[in-house]
Amino acid sequence: MEFNPLLERMPTSKMPSFTDREGLFNEERPRYAEEAASKIHGGCGLMGICDESGTPMSGVEAIKAMAVQRDRGNGLGGGYAGYGIYPEFPDHYCFHMMYHDIKAKEDAEAIFDQYFVVDLAEPMPTRPVKGISDAPLLWRYFLNPDSYKLESSEMSTEDFIVHTVMLINSSVDGAFVASSGKNMGAFKGVGFPEEIGHYYRLDEYEGNTWVGHNRFPTNTPGWWGGAHPFTLLDWSIVHNGEISSYGINSRYLEAFGYKCTLGTDTEVAAYLFDLLLRRHKLPLELACKALASPLWTEIDRMPESEQAVMRSLRAVYGPGMLNGPFAIVLGFNGGMVALNDRIKLRPLVAARQGTRLMVASEESAMREVLDAPDKVWAPRAGEPVIARVKGQDWPIHGDLHLSASEVSCAVTGVESSCETVEVN
Amino acid sequence: MTETTEIRQGPIEGYLMVEPHVTRDGDTVTIDAASVYYKYVNQAIRAAIADGVTTVRVINVNGQRYIGNGLSGTDVTIEVYGTAGQDLSMFMNGPTVRIHGNAQDGVGNTMNAGRVMIHGDAGDVLGYGMRGGRVYIKGDVGYRVGIHMKAYESLVPVMVCGGKSRDFSGEYMAGGMLVLLGMNSQFDGPIVGGYIGTGMHGGVIYLRGEVEPWQVGKECGIFTADEEDMKTLGPVLKEYAEEFGMDYDEIISVPFTKLVPISHRPYGKLYTYV
Repeated sequence: MEFNPLLERMPTSKMPSFTDREGLFNEERPRYAEEAASKIHGGCGLMGICDESGTPMSGVEAIKAMAVQRDRGNGLGGGYAGYGIYPEFPDHYCFHMMYHDIKAKEDAEAIFDQYFVVDLAEPMPTRPVKGISDAPLLWRYFLNPDSYKLESSEMSTEDFIVHTVMLINSSVDGAFVASSGKNMGAFKGVGFPEEIGHYYRLDEYEGNTWVGHNRFPTNTPGWWGGAHPFTLLDWSIVHNGEISSYGINSRYLEAFGYKCTLGTDTEVAAYLFDLLLRRHKLPLELACKALASPLWTEIDRMPESEQAVMRSLRAVYGPGMLNGPFAIVLGFNGGMVALNDRIKLRPLVAARQGTRLMVASEESAMREVLDAPDKVWAPRAGEPVIARVKGQDWPIHGDLHLSASEVSCAVTGVESSCETVEVN
Repeated sequence: MTETTEIRQGPIEGYLMVEPHVTRDGDTVTIDAASVYYKYVNQAIRAAIADGVTTVRVINVNGQRYIGNGLSGTDVTIEVYGTAGQDLSMFMNGPTVRIHGNAQDGVGNTMNAGRVMIHGDAGDVLGYGMRGGRVYIKGDVGYRVGIHMKAYESLVPVMVCGGKSRDFSGEYMAGGMLVLLGMNSQFDGPIVGGYIGTGMHGGVIYLRGEVEPWQVGKECGIFTADEEDMKTLGPVLKEYAEEFGMDYDEIISVPFTKLVPISHRPYGKLYTYV
């Protein structure tokens, strides 16, 4: 995709009601439709695809996988995240923003102007699509923290970004961050996923990894910011299920500076992965065990050394455990992970064809994209399916398969304990 | 609200709201389901049966739901080519459905009568609340297969899974027969997961080989299948072997384990004072 700011500043579907959205003539801010007129059977659908060779795939592949799963949702939420989609700006953080109105945009941009160097700000390229209406103002910003502000904050760059996301979501009225990672972006809204995909012109993007989602809202309203994926930095999460432990998870995350503001349970999963993988540097498989913990009866049957690790993991991360049914796909620069709850209360099927690894709620989604899969299988509950892009940095501490002693070190977090912890 | 017009370019992804292409050759009708919405595929199947055909071939199926749902009559065979969608043969009452490919979740939900033959794998909640008929799967099956199968007098549902199954197989089973062979599997590890037969209060589960006691719900007794059991099992396994071109003698070359409930009311006193 060639970026020419002059050409790309095209009118978008919301332009006809521009005066309304500026809030100049209306005292009240416009609201999005939060409920559809009718309810249809469904239960959320998701997909993830990663070409481990790093070969870019068109966003149409993701749209195709979601379109055959249309009946899993009800038109109240669809979305995607793509990785490697901004090769022109690989080292910029890209903020995809949603604004209720011009005032919200000005407030958020004041934060960008104060703390960041913004190298490109533009409206998200969209096209009018039947079924998509009531969109907020959608903008994207390619930026990096102001070096002086970053230094004086005494934070890492990542923490600085996380802090900014939390600040905007919690304190700028009417502004929401859809995504905030490098060389990636989330494209989401209210509508069926194939409509959302065409609305955001995903056919014009190419990425090595895509995740997609079709929403059937159950406990929380269907609104633009509440559609999946949920993201932070370059982590993105799509989720089918319900996180019954949302209350304890969000309180636990608050203690680490995360603020849950988007009104959908899935938000906690995105922040928990950031906490466990980036900040606590847990190996991936251990993080998955912390979130989809083995049952105590399963732990009792494990070898003794592993038992000790699992017991301490459950003790340390008890408030972070995701309770309730879920199938999730975590996307990031470098790969993709799919995970089920520990007793498989939501569907998840996987397939591999050559260097392409794909997961979805239904096998049909993968048959739609892969013409001759080498292997199709249903992953076990709590057992992650992992894709890793060759030649890219693996952003996760440790290798895929750690020894028990390395796992112990990771849990205790104390380097010196590596010698003293008895394993095997 | 803004009025928008559709200017979407190129092919529209997903299923199309069109009638499928149908061809008839004698007693056989072929329906091309490629990218056709399930509603129109199933309408075409019903129209063909009403027209008196005995074999309905549905080709290029990929994820279309509800095939065979609520259909009656024993003289109809539906041959499905591709990946059958959710809730295949739900409430079905007589026909034979053969899948040349894999099936997704919810096959045979509350099925009354008929036969479902899957020449591939099947997903989760297979045969949920099944009340009669037979479901045979060549390969692996998912979690919660045969939950709450039930039987009444001569109506006895039978399910045979050729591959491996996961947790909660036969949970709350009230009747019928569930057979797990563990033979045609792409997975290593045990033939079945945990919690098999939890809350079971009727029917029987046969497994080729052995299970660990921890895998079995505490409402089940574990026995080795005896000659009487093999007399019941024999005709079922012969029919199964014939359908999938397997060797019957090889199937029975390993002793079977039998799981039966130790009480017909395992939770009768759960909420009462004792």
